[in-house]
Parts: sequence; structure tokens; C-alpha cells
Amino acid sequence: MNLDRRDFFRMMGVTGVALATGTSINGKPLQEDVTEFKAVLYDSVRCKGCHGCEIDCADANGLAEPPKKKDITGPRKTNEKWRTVVNTHETSKGKVSVKMQCMHCNEPACAAACLTKAMYKTVDGPVVWREDKCMGCRYCMVSCPFDMPKFEYNSPKPIIQKCTMCFDTRVSQGEIPACVENCPNEALTFGTRRDMIAEAHKRIVENPDDYVDYIYGENEAGGTGWLYLSPVPFEELQMKTGIQHASYPALTSGFLYSVPSVFVLVPALLLGMQQATKSNNINDENDVE
Amino acid sequence: MSNNSNAIASAKDSQSIWSFLIGELKPKGKIFTPFNMISIPIILIGLGLIVFRFWKGIGAVSNVNQDIPWGLWKGFNVVTGVAFAGGAYVVTFMVYILNMHKYHSIVRVTVLNGFLAYMFYAGALILDLGRPWKIINPIIGNDFGVSSVLFLVAWHFLLYMVAQLIEFSPAIAEWLKAKKAHRILSAMTLGAVIFGITLSMLHQSGLGALFLMAKEKIHPLWYSEFIPIMFLVSSIFAGLSMVIFEGSISRIVFFNKISEKHRLEHNGIVHGLSKICTGVMFAYFFLQLIAFIHGKRWNFIDTPYGYWYLVEMLGFVVLPMILYFFSYRNHNLLLSRIAAIMAMVGIILNRLNISIIGYRWDLTPHYTPSWMEVVITLTVVFTQIWVFRWVVRRLPVLNETNW
Repeated sequence: MNLDRRDFFRMMGVTGVALATGTSINGKPLQEDVTEFKAVLYDSVRCKGCHGCEIDCADANGLAEPPKKKDITGPRKTNEKWRTVVNTHETSKGKVSVKMQCMHCNEPACAAACLTKAMYKTVDGPVVWREDKCMGCRYCMVSCPFDMPKFEYNSPKPIIQKCTMCFDTRVSQGEIPACVENCPNEALTFGTRRDMIAEAHKRIVENPDDYVDYIYGENEAGGTGWLYLSPVPFEELQMKTGIQHASYPALTSGFLYSVPSVFVLVPALLLGMQQATKSNNINDENDVE
Repeated sequence: MSNNSNAIASAKDSQSIWSFLIGELKPKGKIFTPFNMISIPIILIGLGLIVFRFWKGIGAVSNVNQDIPWGLWKGFNVVTGVAFAGGAYVVTFMVYILNMHKYHSIVRVTVLNGFLAYMFYAGALILDLGRPWKIINPIIGNDFGVSSVLFLVAWHFLLYMVAQLIEFSPAIAEWLKAKKAHRILSAMTLGAVIFGITLSMLHQSGLGALFLMAKEKIHPLWYSEFIPIMFLVSSIFAGLSMVIFEGSISRIVFFNKISEKHRLEHNGIVHGLSKICTGVMFAYFFLQLIAFIHGKRWNFIDTPYGYWYLVEMLGFVVLPMILYFFSYRNHNLLLSRIAAIMAMVGIILNRLNISIIGYRWDLTPHYTPSWMEVVITLTVVFTQIWVFRWVVRRLPVLNETNW
């Protein structure tokens, strides 16, 4: 390649400009401020068990009307109709209510399980389900340690029902979830996960007699986006206390990391074995395909 | 057959190919056999139920629920059925990679059985998918869920079916008298075999890895980090036991299709497979033993689930292993067949214990399949056998054409 002086300077100029602007653009991370996961702090000391959040949730998400409080007997589970339920349990400190819904794990097993990314952890924290992607295999239900995704078994066009922390309609627009906004007893608080954990610790420290010194969800399943405070041990609220305190997707990562190695090494090994044992062929040529 | 086929070989125009294919569609065996009498009504009822399932939803026919989302269709058809299809990758490994020519005569029938098993059992997945019209999503890349074990399994099912079809394709070429295609397809066999074995190793273990995230949901006697490797090792003897079982039946049903040479070879093959099964089952049992000790499972033994675990391990792993050993030592074919059936029962127990019986074992009432689920499961199995029989009666599966 022949360069005269003019071309050389032109190239230098272009390179220089590219370098100068290049560093000023690419030198910084794409997102300047890190988005913190949003979370909800639920305080069962404050909750009066009014079931108002069930109605607010149904209104905000277009679900069927929840049962009246007088018709409720015994603890219920969320199902394909209702994304949240409030159960009242007889405990060592009298009646205590507890609200159940998707926990919005930091590292959700359902999202790791999903082969179409229909279950999806948004950067803001809520775990959402996307109808256009889901093929209805229900592997998310098998994997979720909290058994939260629910499936419409009696529909030819079923959907998965679960709490989305009102992500599409509210949180993505900077609003707060319907249940949090309408709770008359301020049992629900919405904010960044870091702030919610700080607030929970503050309440425990300030009122040590009212709370057990434990935040359910701080470490469960590697941390969840829904945090619980309780006046009694969580076993008494029939919450799952056997949940491991580590990420669930990590349980399959060892297997998945082995896949590329197997894919590269096993064919090479097989071909080597085939070549090594090939000499057997010489005596019976007609046996070869 | 040979007179007939020469006539077809001479006529090259496509018209005769079509009349040949239409001629082949006609039934070739007896119609009123006990198997037909049982399977035809079940298949007809099953087809009706399948229509009903797509019309009214899964809940209309199946007992799966919010807590136990995977029932018989996944636990038996997919998870268990694919283990039995493992014979194809083991036998192709022995014949094409290790060049053990003794087993060459069972390659085609085993690959055919494997291919049809994947086609029907993976196909049964569609029945169980709530939203089957989205099944193309993980394939076309409408967001690849690459962190999902199921994504890996789905892709491997698909790719392995292609590999098996290539492995089997020379038989189709022989059937259609396409000599040139036969030469090209035969040349692709080794590549397909190597690819197929690699895929099989990954998705046989992958089926076990599916359950790794259900850590607290599966009874501790069955859950361990070793599930993937145990699934892989057990698929070897599951597949070979299926080969022995299927071979014993084929010998009777397709007696006139099997040449004298192959008939004589058969005993030696069963004998050799029994020896391999003994070794693999011992390795598998040892793995189970390690998981048992490592997982500190003693505490669970004196419970109903513990006794059930012992039934599986002692009755259907150790016992068939011992039977295989003696069948090999004493050249006893009958003992090999009994061992094969028992080993297969053991595989069914193991897969169902992990995917259904031990899954959410804490729940009462637990899931039991509805009669409609059972009928649909049987429909899938029987249809596979029908197609298998149809192919074996027409294509050179049990015998190869000598060109």
C-alpha cells in the first residue's frame, strides 16, 4: 500500500477524531446509574387481614372478584384466578394474617427454567410472564420453590397467572403496585430492595418485642423481591421455611457448563476410538456398510 | 418379495414408485391378533380423548394440578420412554465406534425403535403443552432461553431425531431401490453416529437435570446432585434391556423376516448384552450407594417411602443385576429376558419416583393419573408399536439387502 503525505495526514486525522470521540462515548458504562431491584416490604404486624389487597389486585389486573371475607374458611393458595391471597393463622401471639403472592426472586428459578424467556426478570426487579412467548410446558411451576406460577388447566388457550408486581401497568410507569397503594394499614411498603431491608431492620430494632428477628426473603432462594416481617416464627404462618438460602438456577449451572466441553471433547474422543478399533475391519470387509 | 422388488427396480418412472408406495400401505399381517384386538379400541378412544383435550384444555382429561404440574405424559412418556430409547446410541457406539461387528444385525431395528420412540414420546410433549401453537418459539429464536435445561433437551430431541433418521436412512434407500442415495446416506452414518452419541449423552442426563431445581420438592431419597449422571448411566442398561426385550418379541412376531444367520447370532447378542448390563447396573448401583451415603439417607429408610426405595433398589436394580450375571455365566436366555423385564420395571419405577411419586411427596392427596390420561399414554405407546410393525414388515430392518 502506497501512502503519500496527504493521505497519511487524512488518515491520522480520521483516526484521531475516532479515538477522541470513541473514548468519550465508549469509555463509560452504557447505563450510568445501576438500576436497583424494586421490592415490597410486607409487615404482618401491621396487616389486619382485611383482604382489601385481594380486591385491589383483582381490579388492577382484571381478575375475577375474590371471595367475600365471611365466605373464607381456612388457608387458601393463590390459583389461576387470583394472584394474591391473605390467610389468617392462629398463632402463639393470636391471629396473624399473611399475604401470599409471587416472591419475585433476585435469581428466579422460573426464569432460568423457561426455554422461551416467557418468564422474565425485568431490570427493575419484578418477574413477569409474557404471553406471546410461553408454550405452556409448566417447567416454571416444577422449578419454582414457592409454587407460585399457576396454570389455567381448564382452558384450551391457557395462560400462566402470577403476581407481576403490577409491572406493566404501574411500576414501569413509575407508580407503585396496586396492593401497596391501597393498603389502609400501611402493611405494604414499596421501594428499592436495599431500602426495604434497611427499613425492616429498623422496625425490628425499634420494636424488638413486636417482631421476630428475621426477615423472610432476605436470603431465601438467594434473596427475594418480597420481604416479610412477622410477630411469630414463620413456621407458624405456614410459610415455606425449608427453602435453600442460595440461588436456584445455580443448581443447574454445573450441568449446563459441562455441555460445551462434552460437545467438543466427546466427538473427538469417539472419532479417536473409532480409528483405533478400525483395524478389526480388515478381516471382514463385507460387514462394513 | 425379491421377484416383486426386481420388477419395481426396473420400472424407473415415478408412476410406479407411487403405486409401489400405495401397495405398501396395505396391511400385510393378520388382522385379528390379540394385540390388535386390545390396541385398536384403546387407540380409537385415545384419539377421541386427544380431540377432547385440545377442545376443553388439559384439565378436562388429566389430573395434573397447580402443585403437581407434570403427570403421566411427561413422567412416563417423555422421561421414561426416552430412557428406553437409549439402546440406539449404545448399540451404534458398540458397532460403529468400537467396531464390535457381532452386534451389527441389531443396529437397524434398534435405531428404528429409538427413532420412533423419540418421535412419539417427544411428540407426546405436544399433548402436554398448554400452548402448543407456540412450540416453534424455542426453535426460531423468539428469545432463546439458553439458561434452561429444557431448552437443551428440546433442541437435542430435535437434532437427535435427525441424526437417527440419517442412521436409518440406508434402510429406506434399500426399500425404495435407490442405490445412489444409499451410497451417499451410508457415507453419512459415522458422522450421524458420533453426533447422535454426543447428543444422547447430554439429553439423557439433561432429562435428570430438569429436576435439579426442584430440590425441596423431590423426596430426599431420590433427589441428589447425581441425578443427571444416574439418568445417563441407567439409560444404557434401560436401552439394552429394551433391545433384549424387543428382540425376544420380534423373533416370534417377525419369525419369517429374520434370516437363519441372524437367528443364530441372536443368542450370542443377548449373551453379550447381558454381560454389559451386569457391569453397567453394578456401576449404577454403586452410584446410588454413594448418593445414599453422601446424602445421609439412613434416616428415611424406616418410613413408607424408605421401603418403597428399597423395593426399587434391591428388587429392581440389585436383583436384575444378579439375574443378568447368572444368565451370562450359565448361558441362560430365559434368565436374560426375565432380567431385562425386571430392569425395565426398575427404570419405570425410578423415573416415576423422581418425576411423580416422590415429587411433592409431602402433599395429600397426591396426584394419581385419571383413566383418560392412562388411555392417552397407552394410545401413544400402541401407535408407536403399530408404526414399528408397519416399518419392520416392509423395510429391510431385520435383514439388510446385499448389494
